Amino acid sequence: MSVTITSLSERIRIPETADSPLDTQEYFINMGPQHPATHGVLRLMLKLNGETVQEVIPVLGYIHRGIEKIGESVNYRQFVHLTDRMDYLSAMMNNWVVAMVVEKATKTELNDRIQYVRTILAELERIQSHMLWWGVLGMDLGAFTPFLYGFRDREIITDIFEETVGCRLTMNFIQPGGLMADIHPNFVKRVKEAMTYVKPKIDEYEELLSGNVILQERTRNIGILPADEAISLGVTGPPLRASGVPYDLRKVEPYGVYDKVEFRTAVGTVGDCWDRYWVRVEEMRQSVKIVEQLIDNIPEGKTMLMKPAKKIIIPKGVFYSNLETARGILGILIASDGVSDKPVRIHMRSPNYNNLWAVDRISRGSRVGDLVANVSSLDLVVPDIDR
Amino acid sequence: MRLLVQKTFEAVTFSDRANALLSDNFWLAAGFILLALITTVAFISILGLSLVYVERKIAAHFQCRLGPMRVGWHGILQTIADAIKLLLKEDIVPERADRILFFMAPVLAILATVLALMVIPLSPSLQVVDLNIGIVFIAAVSGIGVLGILLGGWSSNNKWSLLGAMRAGAQFVSYEISVTLSLLVAVLFAGSLQLSEIVQSQAAGWWIWRGHAAGLVAFIIFCIASTAELNRTPFDLPEAESELTGGFHTEYSGLRFSFFFLSEFINMFIVAALAATLFLGGWMPFHIGGLDSFNAVMDLIPPGLWFAGKTAFIIFLIMWVRWTFPRLRVDQLMRLEWKFLLPLSFANLILAACVILTEAYFFA
Amino acid sequence: MSTSDIIPGTPVNEPLPQSELVKSILALDLRAAPYEGNADCPAVQVPVDGLLKLLTKLRRDPEFNFDMLSSHTAVDRLEQNVFELVYYLYSLTKQKRLLVSVLIPRDNPVAPTCSGIWKIAEWQEREVYDLFGVCYDGHPDLRRVFLEDDWQGFPLRKDYHDDFMLTREPIES
Repeated sequence: MSVTITSLSERIRIPETADSPLDTQEYFINMGPQHPATHGVLRLMLKLNGETVQEVIPVLGYIHRGIEKIGESVNYRQFVHLTDRMDYLSAMMNNWVVAMVVEKATKTELNDRIQYVRTILAELERIQSHMLWWGVLGMDLGAFTPFLYGFRDREIITDIFEETVGCRLTMNFIQPGGLMADIHPNFVKRVKEAMTYVKPKIDEYEELLSGNVILQERTRNIGILPADEAISLGVTGPPLRASGVPYDLRKVEPYGVYDKVEFRTAVGTVGDCWDRYWVRVEEMRQSVKIVEQLIDNIPEGKTMLMKPAKKIIIPKGVFYSNLETARGILGILIASDGVSDKPVRIHMRSPNYNNLWAVDRISRGSRVGDLVANVSSLDLVVPDIDR
Repeated sequence: MRLLVQKTFEAVTFSDRANALLSDNFWLAAGFILLALITTVAFISILGLSLVYVERKIAAHFQCRLGPMRVGWHGILQTIADAIKLLLKEDIVPERADRILFFMAPVLAILATVLALMVIPLSPSLQVVDLNIGIVFIAAVSGIGVLGILLGGWSSNNKWSLLGAMRAGAQFVSYEISVTLSLLVAVLFAGSLQLSEIVQSQAAGWWIWRGHAAGLVAFIIFCIASTAELNRTPFDLPEAESELTGGFHTEYSGLRFSFFFLSEFINMFIVAALAATLFLGGWMPFHIGGLDSFNAVMDLIPPGLWFAGKTAFIIFLIMWVRWTFPRLRVDQLMRLEWKFLLPLSFANLILAACVILTEAYFFA
Repeated sequence: MSTSDIIPGTPVNEPLPQSELVKSILALDLRAAPYEGNADCPAVQVPVDGLLKLLTKLRRDPEFNFDMLSSHTAVDRLEQNVFELVYYLYSLTKQKRLLVSVLIPRDNPVAPTCSGIWKIAEWQEREVYDLFGVCYDGHPDLRRVFLEDDWQGFPLRKDYHDDFMLTREPIES
């Protein structure tokens, strides 16, 4: 067996065939990297036959910033700042995974206050991320109004973040050892108001888009991903649950205070775009429920248990942690030499990189319009793919 | 004691006036024609400007925001600023585009619009030409518009534009059938293809409610099928922004793009005007056959205002639908037409014929 | 670096007790050995020519049923002149995690492909090829994923250098 290295130009070359059945020519068309539907700089080469998609070849690297390489020359606290920029819609969950692995490796015990606040912030971020996804899905399918409704409601939550965390998008708040700072005195009150505001909004979203016959036609039985393929393709998060696999890391390996709250896991049946849509809308509701259960019971305590001036040195070895972000399972691997405060190797198992390749599998044989619905329902954030 | 008497309206068109003067005074006749052309161009410009502004404001209010607010009072001058910007833009022609067709495509699009506008009666004294085959003429010239779209997509030398143009061609040809069949319902009721005759025939009541269910169903089918003709959501695949970035007009910029853009909005006006003329009575006020004093009161409102109101209502309806619904996929669109709207239109035509034969009008 | 700089509670070289899972894998007699380094989950290591057999067994055998390849990456161990290929396997049915480690020489980094076992391996291996230069034998579509096809060098190697990379200079104080 030998190793042959191919290139993109070889992949997109159409072989010269003398006669094909209906004398139509297959052609490659380029979607992106600047494109209203691909949610970022994702370039997809589509092999089309008329309007039917034969193959989807994603071409990556337009936002590759070498975060893992930079991670080898910064210490763990500095690296948290870089993780914000990956899946920026789940920035605090990205921070949390770094904090988690460092605390696990250094065997640091946390107090309840830190865990409660982290969980509440993560769930608020999940709601906010799904609202944006919902609006963008509507826009991709042609209904422009949901986009603005989603953003308007997202502002309520982003304002809470701005007051407590200081930032609306790249939070850098959850640090190894606790939180960057204590929560704002208004936090509890504002979160309660926000949840009262958001709860009927989700029903409004259902009314505006879910029951719409055109949306149903465009998402039911489109882009079906069977469960065994999903597992083999490494798909995690809402797409995996939509395919019928009830795997939610918050229930299976609870972190934070997820073992103390009651919530349901939304699991789909068929694995089509509609199930992926429905799973996320239902997750929004469950997140609201989680926040409501936690917001009144935040215990007192310190919010930073690792002295900022001290270096964090992880013992020699290989450590891995993961958690469930809005898009799937984000994992982090740190290989440390036990001596310096910088890792030897830091690798992020990003959910979007693993979910992306399902696009090829679910779009073959469907039309370009379905491709847009598929990409949108997988909810990809491209900086997380490229890192 | 009868103080108010129901009026009868005398319709005179620009071409009639020109004809009457032709034997006496050639230059005055020519002046009338020139006046008609200038009025049409001015009308199109002002209408285009205001429709774009209205669309932006309506879209904004549906989306819980305000829309243009800065340029002029509440953004009234926004479209003028946009028009100046478009005119000053660089004229880009793609390198390997087919130049002749590339230049011709937007011209064809606007040509179809202007021609169709010529025969629409805006009020008893505001119509350019009153052809005795008015409906057929309109159906014919709107075909020139789709030719413009197809040529635009082909000549751009861009696979995405071609996809958009092909979709547009298929969509237009399919939905034209339903449009024509629903127009025929009104023609059947009125008994004439001439648009002014159709308006006059609604003196006893508008066909939408006087023609029983046939009129109402024909109106609804007309509105749906015309939205498809206009390439507006939920049928805006040819220019689906999230998929094709711009469809057939991706490669156009500046003045040429403004032709496409303008023709789309004026087509919307023409569709609304047609719906108003054929189903809602055109410039005819709201009459109920038999109630003379009520009719006389309705006649106090000038007919031009009636027409403007009806057209504005239908334009609002079309815009409302655009900002609410997602987009249909191309095969769903075709299925809607061929399997659903077309049989329904045929059945409706037969129903209309039955209503006419039995003279079973509502409020005869 | 003095001891006062270390965060209290940091263990020093505390090996994990060998778990039941690792014991059952060692019992398979597929040339697996307990992982020599320190890991926070059950870990085995295997020589590169026994990798494919072990992974196939772990995937197909109903006793293990590791149906998800969570993550696959490489660690550049410059001082030992090897690349350590790391496979994190996860079993959805048994809810167990396993780390499989392979050491391959740095000068000729070749490893067999697992894309026949887990589909996602195809693209995780492409990422490792792009960043480290590890060639996967039998890979269906081995080409770079983030960088351009004609890029020279493999950035995540410790000895990588190009003309425009930034390096951190130590601060003179």
